Amino acid sequence: MITISGKSVFGGVSIGKLMFYKRNDKVIKRTHVDDVDAEWKRFQDAKDTAISQLKGLYDKAIADVGEANAMIFEIHQMMLEDLDYLESIENIIRTQEVNAEFAVATTADNFAQMFAAMDDAYMQGRAADVKDVSERVLDILCGVDSGMKEMREPCIIAADDLAPSETVQLDKSKVLGFATMYGSSNSHTAILARTMNIPAVIGLGEELLAEYDGKIAVIDGFTGTIYIEPDEETMKVMQEKRQKDLEQKALLEQLKGKENITKSGQKINVYANIGNVSDVGAVLKNDAGGIGLFRSEFLYLENTDFPTEEQQFSVYKQVAENMAGKKVIIRTLDIGADKQVDYFGLDKEENPALGYRAIRICLTRPEIFKTQLRALYRAAVYGNISIMFPMIISIEEIHKIKAIIADVKEELKKEGIPYRDEVELGVMIETPASVMISRELAKEVDFFSVGTNDLTQYTLAIDRQNSKLDPFYDPHHPAVLAMIKMAADNAHAEGKWIGICGELGADLELTEEFLKMGLDELSVSPAMVLPLRKRIRDCE
Amino acid sequence: MKEFKYVITDPEGIHARPAGILVKQAAGYQSAVKITKGEKSADAKRIFGVMGLGVKTGEEVTITVEGDDEDTAITELEAFFKENL
Repeated sequence: MITISGKSVFGGVSIGKLMFYKRNDKVIKRTHVDDVDAEWKRFQDAKDTAISQLKGLYDKAIADVGEANAMIFEIHQMMLEDLDYLESIENIIRTQEVNAEFAVATTADNFAQMFAAMDDAYMQGRAADVKDVSERVLDILCGVDSGMKEMREPCIIAADDLAPSETVQLDKSKVLGFATMYGSSNSHTAILARTMNIPAVIGLGEELLAEYDGKIAVIDGFTGTIYIEPDEETMKVMQEKRQKDLEQKALLEQLKGKENITKSGQKINVYANIGNVSDVGAVLKNDAGGIGLFRSEFLYLENTDFPTEEQQFSVYKQVAENMAGKKVIIRTLDIGADKQVDYFGLDKEENPALGYRAIRICLTRPEIFKTQLRALYRAAVYGNISIMFPMIISIEEIHKIKAIIADVKEELKKEGIPYRDEVELGVMIETPASVMISRELAKEVDFFSVGTNDLTQYTLAIDRQNSKLDPFYDPHHPAVLAMIKMAADNAHAEGKWIGICGELGADLELTEEFLKMGLDELSVSPAMVLPLRKRIRDCE
Repeated sequence: MKEFKYVITDPEGIHARPAGILVKQAAGYQSAVKITKGEKSADAKRIFGVMGLGVKTGEEVTITVEGDDEDTAITELEAFFKENL
């Protein structure tokens, strides 16, 4: 048995014969041509053929993977019609009096290098697109027919890397999985594998040898491992894992659209936590009732300067619109000295967890806070947005926040910019202080959401980054559970609702206890929504 | 010659897909359409040039249009940026 580790791009287990994707090797030689006009014409004909092939691929891709993913083939057509690209090829043919193949290969290398040199992982990945379109033209010029030998039985496709055009040409009904030596999780192959729900492992490196062609292999898409000629024991384990995964997926499929209700009829909302706009798809796919925590930090972390109001507005608006009336709870800036955001100019701190962070930054630097609040109140017009404030320890902070909100609304009104007047406001319960004053806080706000990670760290005085403390750390510590119960009782006493958006919310061992406490909502990662629903429906 | 400035709000910046639709849009005009970011400029009708600028979200670009249909082009392009980028 040979075991090779790579990177998983899509979970699942598949078992089958390995089939290597073979390209016809072309050796591009530089040859002298006398009639450069004819050579240029020969290139143009090849280019036209390539474009008509790409049109066909685009149509096939629309049917297989949808319009958004198919767009890449339209981009490929544009690349072949790009004047910079064409001028470079024409120049090389005419000035060096050489063959079209050499001109295309040289130009492709130059353009691919331009992308590879960019400071952005996504753009670096586009070097593969340049090579892919150029290969197509070269195949036509050389008169070779690249591709897969016909697949007679379902197989796991192995390759050094697959170009998008190659992936889409495969007969999907016979592809069990993908295993590639190279490629990034940003590559189109990775994206397509996810769209088609096919287990895929990439970055296996040069240990994946062409001589394994035809051998039985197992891909474990959860761990990113491939086993070639697995021994009996591994095969047994993998077959069980596959069976379990299939059962789980089938079960979850049944749970979609079902209520989160216990056997005795108690209902609870199950929402999802997200950290970026791109996670909204997973929220909808897993049938979450709303977004219980939208961390707005990515807007700050991914930028080199403070995100503008317009930038924030468009992100919040997009999420609210995509959720189509379902609740979207957005947490305001939660940044401190432990996160690298140079432009905030934060001083180094001995103890950042207890330091100048989150609402403390917002209340002392209101210009940052106001920009975010303006964007939020404007975006609230487009959907069901609630706003939640982190790291609260006093009633006075709530009063200050409300005063700033009043200013923001007044400004928007004066400027004639549309905004929503009534937006639900909540606080994170993540400090022991907020729990102790929760009765008073509940009078001031519409809801609570318990951030169990920080609440546990502050209650137990345990730094979660320090592994030496693991023996002392009990995630189910009775003190933490008592804190949650106290906050829940106080919220309910004032007629307000309370949820959990920390890791404990997804802890299936505690679901029953949370139901007993009468929590109104649990917000978990999108992938945990349906397992949690199942757990709730199994509770009495 | 007409021009406008625009701050990109698409969270992914002008990556492949937006670059594609921009090139398509720009190709519809007779006028020359130029996109500038900082000191780098590109012909907005050429996809490699546009992608090569590597424009990210929050960055400002200037669009310059020059030619017979520049009046229509500038209005339509400004609306196009607001709608798509």
